[in-house]
Amino acid sequence: MTKVSMTVNGKSVSGEVEGRTLLVNFLRNDLRLTGTHVGCDTSQCGACVVHVNGEAVKACTMFAAEADGAEVSTIEGAANPDGSLNAIQQAFQDHHGLQCGFCTPGMVMSAAALLKENPKPSEHEIRSYLQGNICRCTGYHNIIKAIMAASGQDVEQIAAE
Amino acid sequence: MPKDTGIGASTKRREDVRFLTGVGNYTDDVNIYGQAYVHFLRSDVAHGRIKNIDTSAASGMPGVVRIFTGADFEGVGGIPCGWQITDRHGNPMQEPAHPVLAQGKVRHVGDPIAAIVAETLEEARDAAEAIELDIEELPAVVDMKAAVADGATKVHDDLENNLCYDWGFVEENREAVDKAIKEAAHVTTLELVNNRLVANPMEPRVAVGDYNRADDMSTLYTTSQNPHVIRLLMGAFVLGIPEHKLRVVAPDVGGGFGTKIFHYAEEAFCTFAARQLKRAVKWTSSRSEAFMSDAHGRDHVTKIELALDKDNNFTAIRTETYANMGAYLSTFAPSVPTWLHGTLMAGNYKTPLIYVNVKAVFTNTVPVDAYRGAGRPEATFQLERVVDKAARELGVDPVALRRQNFITEFPYSTPVAVEYDTGDYDATMDKLQEIADFAGFEARRKESEKRGKLRGLGINCYIEACGIAPSNLVGQLGARAGLYESATVRVNATGGITVMTGSHSHGQGHETSFPQVVAEMLGIDASMVEIVHGDTANTPMGMGTYGSRSIAVGGSAMVRATEKIINKAKKIASHLLEASEADIELKDGQFTVAGTDKSVAWGDVTLAAYVPHNYPLEDIEPGLEETAFYDPANFTYPSGAYACEVEVDPETGKVTVERFAAADDFGNIINPMIVSGQVHGGIAQGVGQALLENCAYDENGQLLSASYMDYAMPRADDVPFYQVDHSCQTPCTHNPLGVKGCGEAGAIGSPPAVINAVIDALHSGGHTHVEHINMPATPARVWAAMQK
Repeated sequence: MTKVSMTVNGKSVSGEVEGRTLLVNFLRNDLRLTGTHVGCDTSQCGACVVHVNGEAVKACTMFAAEADGAEVSTIEGAANPDGSLNAIQQAFQDHHGLQCGFCTPGMVMSAAALLKENPKPSEHEIRSYLQGNICRCTGYHNIIKAIMAASGQDVEQIAAE
Repeated sequence: MPKDTGIGASTKRREDVRFLTGVGNYTDDVNIYGQAYVHFLRSDVAHGRIKNIDTSAASGMPGVVRIFTGADFEGVGGIPCGWQITDRHGNPMQEPAHPVLAQGKVRHVGDPIAAIVAETLEEARDAAEAIELDIEELPAVVDMKAAVADGATKVHDDLENNLCYDWGFVEENREAVDKAIKEAAHVTTLELVNNRLVANPMEPRVAVGDYNRADDMSTLYTTSQNPHVIRLLMGAFVLGIPEHKLRVVAPDVGGGFGTKIFHYAEEAFCTFAARQLKRAVKWTSSRSEAFMSDAHGRDHVTKIELALDKDNNFTAIRTETYANMGAYLSTFAPSVPTWLHGTLMAGNYKTPLIYVNVKAVFTNTVPVDAYRGAGRPEATFQLERVVDKAARELGVDPVALRRQNFITEFPYSTPVAVEYDTGDYDATMDKLQEIADFAGFEARRKESEKRGKLRGLGINCYIEACGIAPSNLVGQLGARAGLYESATVRVNATGGITVMTGSHSHGQGHETSFPQVVAEMLGIDASMVEIVHGDTANTPMGMGTYGSRSIAVGGSAMVRATEKIINKAKKIASHLLEASEADIELKDGQFTVAGTDKSVAWGDVTLAAYVPHNYPLEDIEPGLEETAFYDPANFTYPSGAYACEVEVDPETGKVTVERFAAADDFGNIINPMIVSGQVHGGIAQGVGQALLENCAYDENGQLLSASYMDYAMPRADDVPFYQVDHSCQTPCTHNPLGVKGCGEAGAIGSPPAVINAVIDALHSGGHTHVEHINMPATPARVWAAMQK
């Protein structure tokens, strides 16, 4: 067992982990931050996306020990300081960008990383960026629309609700 | 003007806030003090005889609590099947045993052989590697037609052969259909495969079994679309636990699409083991495990013949389908290729004679059961493909041929035993032609050609039967369950309302849309209504959510219970207002005496019900809580018309979906935003089936597509924005809301549109020899088809 310490959503945390413990399992099982989900075992689905030192990372593809000393942020830390939904979260609600909600934390964290590097992405750029996030419910239509809206783009012209 | 509240309003979803902030409560988020973890050792061969399982070394491994094998389940019931089909000759289907853990033989890759319970999941997995298996591999039965050939290896030694049933529908029409086809002016024939799919909700299945010695109570937390059904099947048929000693909880569930309807061995195991070990036992499926243990969908091989007279009127349809059941009968598997498929073979057309033959076959593959649409996509695909092919053979416009044969008068009794109550197929086709911009297609095709691409337009119609179902009817058809739905409406003393529904939401947004209905009926704000679902301990016996039944059946039960509330509340109000009950009106949350200014507020009436100081105690009981069970009088029949435009790259065979339009008739609509979302998701799954997804086995029964590396899920860049419209509304005539259901339409209506478009594109490029391409229309298949 190895001791790891990191900052998660602004709070210092530490724990004992095995070398094989994945970051996602440390977050879910040790810290009980269950908003980050596991949807596959091949780093394909993106339900586990968190930010490590500001970069989007699939938390199923990183050992907890590798995150020792890192700044980690998860969906639980995404809302505004007053607890209200942030602009991306709000756009997902406004545009019905989620149904069962399981892929949603990863979608929101990926969208945040995208908008950080590309504040006004085109539809094509969003679709390309989200290749690593699978949603089975929405058909992506309203997710793309929500991310465009969150980046301040007019989505009124986009087909139907 | 769009409404901003009540029925018809695109109310934003209240459940979103918890999902968007990471505080949803999915089954894998449930942890019980002292829980152990189970890992299932699964067969890596498709078919084999278990000679020996040596767990001695593994049992001594660190952290191991106990290892279970099939021998521990001698005397315990097997996983039951919920639907019995009677074959063409009046005999019951062949129904094999389905033990919780394999006994004697393994019958598919993924069949569970041993369950290792340990202190941690890692320890359970480590111990599994120390179990020594001696399995004599047997020839695998994979191909359906080979499976029913003489001398084929039997999947189940104690059955006569691998044929589950040979079903004919309507058997009495068989000779008349044969005759009509023989005498037809034209017969179009098509052989096709409806590819095997894996539902793949993003949340893998999870089961947590718990046992409380203090009251001898078992609790199962599970990823289910229908917790009461699981409680009944598991309690009564597998473990022998009466329902009052068994609680099943399905909390937030991350998508279902059918595959979370069924009762699975892992649920029974965790509940059983928790009772044996006197501690909670948790199982979380990995995605790879899901591919080899979640029930699969579709997997039909079909020949369809469409007969037409000299004026191009459809005169008869004859189909022959081989339907894969897999190695065991999953909960509703036998009903899917039969009653959910044969009864839809009329589609939107007034074909007078129809005969459907289905041979259900056991193979050494994962069991196959309902997946979004369940039987109806299979019916729609073959029918809409053969109609398109007929139009091409006859040189007539595919829209005109469809319109000519549309059913136009309702109610309409089909020759396959169902009665469509309402519909207007010309209206949805008109709407489709508008929103899909048929007029602009030729210009878009020319533009594609300039870029060296072939553009195709594919259209199709669909009809589905939803809102399953009248219990007495399905009972006659072999269902071993009723298919009503329930709701309890509990009005609290201060006026807030808790609705406990037997429907289950796993993405459909019931927590938002159900209150819209109750709020509209009572004239109060929807925020005063809370929905409780997914827990057998606090909801009335319900049948759950599948088959697009929630609003049509569950919503109707809620309406009936709310009507009872209104009736009783009016009695209380009439007492408080000292007026005749007949004169009491309820509007905007106020009870008034007609023609006067006398009124009493909703909250005053509800308070009086629970503080009955001034109350007609001699006439009515205190309290304001009512339950209704609603058993539908008929199915509902949503319908619509879909159009897909694709581009095919003639160099590579790669197909891209450029445009997709859907014009649906769902009857009345509660929340248009949610309805559109359901259609979007269904379209993506249909496009996935048509172009990407395929669950593949090799000839030895090895599963080749057992991860997202090999099974191509539709991703954001595989689909365009969709044009969806549901303004054509012919309300259902037999339920109180006039609703039809919308959950499956997208997945039913889209695959034929995509393939029709691909064929159209290839013909436009001169590849007129291409009559059909099986799904998924991968670049390799499309390219090969073009090469002649």
